[in-house]
Amino acid sequence: MVRFEAVGLRYGSARGRGAAAQVLHDITFALPEGAFRWLLGPSGAGKTSVLRLMYLATRPTSGRLTLLGTSVESAPRRALPPLRRRIGVVFQDFRLLTHLSAFDNVALPLRLSGRPEGQIRADVTEMLRWVGLGRKTAVRPMELSGGEQQRIAIARAVITRPDLLLADEPTGNLDDDQALRLMQLLNEMNRLGTTVVVATHNESLVSRFAAPALRLEQGRLSVRD
Amino acid sequence: MAASLRPARFDELGLGRALSDRMLPCLVAAMAFLAAMALAGWAGAASLAHHWQQGAAAALTVQVPKPESPAAPPGASRISRVAGILQATDGIQSVRVLSDAELAKLLHPWLGEGADRLAVPLPGIVAVHLDADADLAGLSRRLEQAAPGTLVEDHGVWIGRLSVLARSLQACAALALIIVVIVATVVIAVATHAGLSVRREAIEIVHGLGATDGYIAGRFASRVTLLAAVGGLIGAILALPVLLTLATLAAPFAGTAETSSPSVGAALGVLPPELWLAMLGLVTGSALIGFLTAQGTVRRWLRHLP
Repeated sequence: MVRFEAVGLRYGSARGRGAAAQVLHDITFALPEGAFRWLLGPSGAGKTSVLRLMYLATRPTSGRLTLLGTSVESAPRRALPPLRRRIGVVFQDFRLLTHLSAFDNVALPLRLSGRPEGQIRADVTEMLRWVGLGRKTAVRPMELSGGEQQRIAIARAVITRPDLLLADEPTGNLDDDQALRLMQLLNEMNRLGTTVVVATHNESLVSRFAAPALRLEQGRLSVRD
Repeated sequence: MAASLRPARFDELGLGRALSDRMLPCLVAAMAFLAAMALAGWAGAASLAHHWQQGAAAALTVQVPKPESPAAPPGASRISRVAGILQATDGIQSVRVLSDAELAKLLHPWLGEGADRLAVPLPGIVAVHLDADADLAGLSRRLEQAAPGTLVEDHGVWIGRLSVLARSLQACAALALIIVVIVATVVIAVATHAGLSVRREAIEIVHGLGATDGYIAGRFASRVTLLAAVGGLIGAILALPVLLTLATLAAPFAGTAETSSPSVGAALGVLPPELWLAMLGLVTGSALIGFLTAQGTVRRWLRHLP
């Protein structure tokens, strides 16, 4: 499912202005299909960089990364979009399209996958109802609270039933109840076969939902499983 | 990806605001207007040159020195003998000996009021109109035998000069058209780049959700193509009255019938069919330039994303 083999990541170019920053060193781990992992570590440890590699926002500068059966470091660009459609991501900053309604934000991955509009309408309506926004389908993100925006982002990430679900500090804008509901959703997705990776600082959340963890420190993996 | 299943007005990249429906069509309209002028210049130069060349090629001027002296063999004046030979030659439509008054009128611009009182002996001039298939082989020799010193001017030099002038004018028009196309391409590329910058975040989100380069480029190209086509149409419509006025003014020189009646139909009929086609081509050409430029610009920009 996911395999990191001595993966390194360096941002910027040595030929550009200033020295390139090596943010990940020699990261090696494997996640089987249907696994649940916490990704832990202090700020700047490299959690977001590991997630960026997993949702294909960047490619490793050294080592080998295999995602959903594809070698990412050598795959041609045209091979990546179909792979991205099998990965759901909940971003810390939501990354919603502010000019679209809640409905259209959640429908976007389905439309990119070419689903028929009738099926999209039913699925999105049901998903928004499930995350408690059934009456706000036509509202734009800027008119919603942080927690509500987060729920739209979550709905968008899971609407396609992705093979791999990644979440970067997903409870940062949620109250305890909402955080609990989110974790239940992630657990439910995992129970249905989705591989889930959650990056967080929230140790109390980690203690409430026991699962293996990957711990990063200064760009290196210090604890594996 | 079944893009056709999208709702028709779904604008996930927010291009409706990023690519203004005012600025780009206005700029393309200006380019289309200039292109219409260049095309009109090209067509006009071709038409005038064709008409003038036809006229020059169908005329002949014969100069007969000492026109009233006896010809060889004697029996008639030199000018009468030359005119007789010309009239008897196949392929000659008409022969007319210019009178002294006509000669004086021709010389008037150079010699002023005293042209008709010149002491210098003037040659006789015969204006000849030819059929299209006139065969004049041996004519000069026969005229020379009848009236030694007779010159036959077939206007070949003028035809050559007109041809060079026409080709030069057409080359200038083509160059102007090429420059307009290049400027239009640059304008559209800059507008597309501006749209990419404004919508960078939305593009990155859609790209991250699995949109292909072709999908994103297609969304931009659809919008830019529409705006460019609208600009092309506006430019063509604005150019139409100017072209009609120019065509009406040029009609007498191009041998086209002058439109004495002020009807719209008659006025529109002044434009040659190829120029009407070119006007339609302005719209499709603008759209095509918009489509290709947007596709190329967006795909090149997307290469920066992983």
